[in-house]
Amino acid sequence: MDFSLNENQEMLKTSARDFLEKECPMNLVREMMSDEKGYSSELWSKMAGLGWMGLPFPVKYGGEAGDFLDLTVLLEEMGRTCLPGPFFSSVVLGGLTLLQAANEEQKEKFLPQVSKGCCILTLALTESSAKYTADSIEVRASPNRGIYEIDGTKLFVPDAHIADFIICAAKSVETIRSEEGITLFIVEGKSPGITCNLLRTMAGDNQCEVIFNKVCVPEENIVGGLNQGWPYIEQMLQKAVVAKCAEMVGGAQKVLELVVDYAKERVQFERPIGSFQAIQHYCADMAIDIEGCRWITYQAAWMLKEGLSCAKEVAMAKAWVSQAYPRVTTQAIQCFGAIATTEDHDMGLYFKRAKASESVLGNEDFHLETVAREAGFA
Amino acid sequence: MNFEFTPEQEKLRGEVRQFLLKEAPAESLKTRDDVWANVDSFDREFARKVGKKGWIGMTWPKEWGGGGYNYIDRIIVNEEMLLYGAPVMAYWTNDRQMGPAILAHGSEEQKREFLPRMIAGEISMCIGMSEPEAGSDLASVQTRAVEKEDCFIISGQKLWTGGAYFSNYIYLVVRTDPNVPKHRGLSEFIVDLKLPGVTVRPVADFEGHHGFNEVFFDEVRVPKTALVGKKNNGWYQIIGHLDYERAGLERCMSNRRLFLDFQDYCKEEGLFKDPLVRHRVAELEVEFQVARLLCYQVAWVLTEGRVPNIEAALAKAYGEVYMKRVAATITQILGLYGQLMPKSKYVPLMGRVAQNYLFSPSYTLMAGSHEIQRSVLATRGLGLPRG
Repeated sequence: MDFSLNENQEMLKTSARDFLEKECPMNLVREMMSDEKGYSSELWSKMAGLGWMGLPFPVKYGGEAGDFLDLTVLLEEMGRTCLPGPFFSSVVLGGLTLLQAANEEQKEKFLPQVSKGCCILTLALTESSAKYTADSIEVRASPNRGIYEIDGTKLFVPDAHIADFIICAAKSVETIRSEEGITLFIVEGKSPGITCNLLRTMAGDNQCEVIFNKVCVPEENIVGGLNQGWPYIEQMLQKAVVAKCAEMVGGAQKVLELVVDYAKERVQFERPIGSFQAIQHYCADMAIDIEGCRWITYQAAWMLKEGLSCAKEVAMAKAWVSQAYPRVTTQAIQCFGAIATTEDHDMGLYFKRAKASESVLGNEDFHLETVAREAGFA
Repeated sequence: MNFEFTPEQEKLRGEVRQFLLKEAPAESLKTRDDVWANVDSFDREFARKVGKKGWIGMTWPKEWGGGGYNYIDRIIVNEEMLLYGAPVMAYWTNDRQMGPAILAHGSEEQKREFLPRMIAGEISMCIGMSEPEAGSDLASVQTRAVEKEDCFIISGQKLWTGGAYFSNYIYLVVRTDPNVPKHRGLSEFIVDLKLPGVTVRPVADFEGHHGFNEVFFDEVRVPKTALVGKKNNGWYQIIGHLDYERAGLERCMSNRRLFLDFQDYCKEEGLFKDPLVRHRVAELEVEFQVARLLCYQVAWVLTEGRVPNIEAALAKAYGEVYMKRVAATITQILGLYGQLMPKSKYVPLMGRVAQNYLFSPSYTLMAGSHEIQRSVLATRGLGLPRG
């Protein structure tokens, strides 16, 4: 057993932290919440220049051949700074799906572009039921002389408004087990028939309604085979879930640091509030939550890296982190006092993101069902 | 980063399992919960057998008869013991805390006298820290040791001394200088409980159990060689072994066997058909896995040669609350049956659920209260100013 990062990961962590502290200050995060695109192209190109968008991809696709733990480390740093933009959508949701499911030609076409940051991907999975199950997919794909017509509405699709390509999970055949009838299509973001509407979300994080109205997609844009899409989604979701947890760990850690710094400085009753046990114990509770988040996340990340079967560990991570991160932000605001509820204060950014990430990719209840199933309770 | 055990460690785990099935058949055990603290699991014979296997003092230097293992190996053995509900009480404190304290501060003579017998599972040494007037404020202990020409004379009272009734020795923290600030006048002694003037009296807890004791010292003459480390340096020595006390898997596994047996009970009785029950048990299972990782992290810090001060306080502060939640939740799920005590008609799981619930308030009180752990974490870990 070894709970430490290796030398490369330590380097990645330090350099990512330095870079993001300099290039992604909180005023940029705030600015981007009302920006039409929702990210800074300048920052995006610099990140691409550092090789981040290619981190999990093999060298032959222009990537850095990093492993899943490396990606976890980087995402933790991104979560710390509330990095705005489509990194998660493009590299994790889109990129990892293609890496697992796409054929060689498709990989050669898309992954180098994703690695360079020139192509932004996203995944259109959830619909009106807002569930991450094959059963809940009702968007249809119907064959019509060598092409497929996609029809229906996807909801909560991140960054679809700026995506060059959307990977759409659609029902391609009626089956008893819906897992056996899902196909993945690569769809151009600006295809005729696609309407994309930004939803007004708490965290201002660019989630969209994407309406497919008889959108035509050629057969060669099928990823992973006809009716074969769902197992790939499941594989990718495990990684995406842990990747999301990593972001959350980073955010929670930063929140604790902010609140501890403040508690040392802020004086009431002629002493720093951090000397009061009430505040100390809130901070200790936060530290405990975060340490738990970190190891339950890294354990799952390590298992994914090793290719071990880890449905239970992944679900445990998200079930736990989904509870803990919002709790940490709530306690932090309590320590800060009313100032933290103001628009100009950074705490709100974390508070909102914590709530948004609680339910994205499955909330606690969803993942506890998996835990129960894997533990043989069901 | 690596969450895997080595093949040797997996083999060790297997050996412990085999050993337990052979040497501690489930039907022979009086209890399987809180085994490291419960007098029902005080078993000298079992301690000797574990000692023979080399599983006491696993990380201690070889010259005393132990050794050859690291802290991860040790935690694996302990995990299997707790998971099984093995009767470990007679040697647990020695292995966790008293042995390491003697190694860190004891004289050569003390090491020679105690370590080989601890390793062999032959003796038990209980912890004499708390007093009626010194709970969380441990440094205010009032039991006195007065130095004479050829001995120390000890007078006073200890309280909450687990296992004292069965122990051979007590590891004492007493005041040797009343005229200096309280942290600077403490010393540690190892005292034979059979000495004249020592009286051990059991204190019944509200389950009617006699785990705790009060120990009285009425002008007990102890030889000068009973002093551990330096006179008046006791506080600084204690802080070190408190980290060991807090660090172990018992901080999240005291009711692990029970929780697993409860899960089986739910399966057999169909309780998991209720999604609410399934959900709550799954939630506790997740919390356990978090707690376990925190404890393993402590063991890893020890293998790295560092003192797990912050990590141990953190792991305990989390695990102890989790265990209380287990006790509270499973009694709740059982509803009216949750209150049935051992030997009652209709009792599920032999009454262990109700028994554990009655023990559970202790989790956040023993070995430094939940509040003390969080204060350690806040001040030493996060650098917040002391109040």
